[in-house]
Amino acid sequence: MNVGLPHFLTVSAVLFALGLFAVMSRRNTVAILMGVELMLNAANVNFVAFSRYVQRGIDGQMMAAFVIVLAAAEAAVALAIVLAMYRNYGTVNADTAQSLKR
Amino acid sequence: MIRDLVFVLLALLTVVPAFWVVFSRNIVHAGFALLFTLVGVAGMYGFLGADFLAVTQLMVYVGGVLVLVLFTVMMTHVPAAKRSRHGLDRLVPPAVFAAAVFGVLYKVITVVKWNVGEASTSPTTTEIGTQLMTNYIFPFEYVSIVLLAAMVGAAILIRERNHAGSDDAIAEEKQEARP
Repeated sequence: MNVGLPHFLTVSAVLFALGLFAVMSRRNTVAILMGVELMLNAANVNFVAFSRYVQRGIDGQMMAAFVIVLAAAEAAVALAIVLAMYRNYGTVNADTAQSLKR
Repeated sequence: MIRDLVFVLLALLTVVPAFWVVFSRNIVHAGFALLFTLVGVAGMYGFLGADFLAVTQLMVYVGGVLVLVLFTVMMTHVPAAKRSRHGLDRLVPPAVFAAAVFGVLYKVITVVKWNVGEASTSPTTTEIGTQLMTNYIFPFEYVSIVLLAAMVGAAILIRERNHAGSDDAIAEEKQEARP
């Protein structure tokens, strides 16, 4: 085995599929967020791997750095929303946030 | 040979805890498993020669995002009796869909002939700094404004509301939400 681009892409695909599964199946809002983090990390691994093996510039790494910053911002806002939801509903179950239905 | 071994170890460190994150019933365990996945991804960045990103990943994700997630998990602890069980009917469609997505991705990865160049392993920190101050100056400033807006927004979202009117409305809402 000679480690190359396809190996990194495969690991990233596994991470992405797992994150997608978590987002679709979990009810706990924090667990859904963890799935989103997994998917963002999968995309980042792809960016860095392509930057290294295909394009051989620095652009892929720049993009990954911006993704990390935006993921941090997203996590802060999303967890604030989770806390507000917990305060209002007493639970973090995503299915209970249905006030707009009534 | 050593390279392959290191890669396999990093891949296991990344993927095995990721399964734990997704399938663990205990949300605290999932959070701690996420720690290992994020460290594994940082190791992959290092393996790929992205030293700056590896350190950034450790500082921002492991030191920041993960701590936020664990704090939130502990502040919103739901007693075991209130946790809903997963029905099988609720797990099968996401599993099928995720497996299909993985199948398509894997097919693309194996079929496409990637135009792979030889790898250079020079440190990238200097280059990233130069790029941030020249070609990427606008995205750099823009992302700093986004971060500031996100922090202010998060602080506003979770502040205690102590004006009289809205407190009653929230109490009413709580009464209705809990049967």
